[in-house]
Amino acid sequence: MKKLSLFLGCITPNRYPGIEKATKLCLERLEIDCSDLPGASCCPAPGVFRSFDKATWLALASRNIVLSEEMERDLLTICNGCYGSLVDANNELKNDPALKKSTNAHLEKIGKKFKGTVDVRHIVELLYDEPGPERIKEAVVKPLDLRVALHYGCHLVKPSKERELGSAEDPTFFDELVEATGAESVDYPDKMACCGAGGGVRSALLDKSLEILEHKLSRIRDADVDCIVNACPFCHLQFDGGQAEIREKHGVLYDIPVLHYSQLLGLAFGFSPEELGIDLNLVTNQDFLEKLKKLAEG
Amino acid sequence: MNQSNISNALKDAGLEILTCLQCGTCSGSCPSGRYTGMVTRKIIRKARVGEDILRDPDLWMCTTCYTCQERCPREIKIADAILTIRTIAVHEGIMLPAHRRVSELVIEHGHAVPINDAVKEKRKKLGMETLPETVHKYPEALADVQTLLKSCGFDKLAGSEI
Repeated sequence: MKKLSLFLGCITPNRYPGIEKATKLCLERLEIDCSDLPGASCCPAPGVFRSFDKATWLALASRNIVLSEEMERDLLTICNGCYGSLVDANNELKNDPALKKSTNAHLEKIGKKFKGTVDVRHIVELLYDEPGPERIKEAVVKPLDLRVALHYGCHLVKPSKERELGSAEDPTFFDELVEATGAESVDYPDKMACCGAGGGVRSALLDKSLEILEHKLSRIRDADVDCIVNACPFCHLQFDGGQAEIREKHGVLYDIPVLHYSQLLGLAFGFSPEELGIDLNLVTNQDFLEKLKKLAEG
Repeated sequence: MNQSNISNALKDAGLEILTCLQCGTCSGSCPSGRYTGMVTRKIIRKARVGEDILRDPDLWMCTTCYTCQERCPREIKIADAILTIRTIAVHEGIMLPAHRRVSELVIEHGHAVPINDAVKEKRKKLGMETLPETVHKYPEALADVQTLLKSCGFDKLAGSEI
């Protein structure tokens, strides 16, 4: 495996630092060589910046990629939004010489140059590829007796022609990684539906965004699960922060704990909820934390 | 931009919408449409026939989930087309106030979601450094990001000159 750099994005370090810590702990446990990526910025956010101006989107995205090129490491994302933005920018710049030239004209002003020498990875497709679910299962020290509602999120698998990760309607690779921890990935209606946050909808039209979310939450509640698992801090923010907003605005209490896959894996590797920042969510379900405590003792 | 030029602009971006059958698979698949009233099929029809689409609020209700694009029987890149129509709108000076604020955050901090004191406390509690290894910690890196934004004219586009 090529060495990696960890691209943090915005929401992980600046809202859910537990995801950052959990990711580092899990990568270390799996002996995956992944360094920091000092000086990285917003990916930039695909829903808004890609809409606004293509040159700006490519300039900021390419700068982040170039930082990783300079370290001769592939760039690892832990967010579907960052992944979509950076993998698409990387592919467009690698395949379109005119676009590469115009983007490098901007980068020249900060003494940088996009070469096209590294790949952009997402932690879920990376872990599925290597070490793979079987070896992850072998590394688990605390098998998790949990029922999980898995949320793939949109930009991990779509547009499927660009992602090349198989079916976007009924994928299974992420479920396999969840089940490698001992947890059960419970099927539920609208499992592949959007959380409602993307495309600038959450930032500009919060009430509508929460209606889309609430539909999904109601499906998940009916599935009687212990928690929601995602691989995207923006979906994570929507599920966790959104539940708090729905409680405040509509008086409806869902109280479903939300974990990034790194945090789920961290639990299976024997780290405590506190070490993984699971108790720092806005939704802190005491029954769930008690259950995790018992799992850790068992 | 002249409305009739929108489908040409889309075509130049490799996005052919004239083959649309108006079958409605896109609208039927749209998670936003159920709640926002956004009708994807109509966005494509309006863009195709040159009706005023740039000021259509539906344009901003797309979460970019790409389900329409996945299921289109004509394989039209619908979500990509919506993003490109948004680009044309923004260059015509049409941007939602909240999106202008997000733009300003990136211009000022290099992050669309910058850190705050409460999260600094959470980082400390986790035994992490208060500031992450991003532009937040390296002022010279933030200056580079701002140079790029200026070079692209993004500050002027977002109405917030650096």
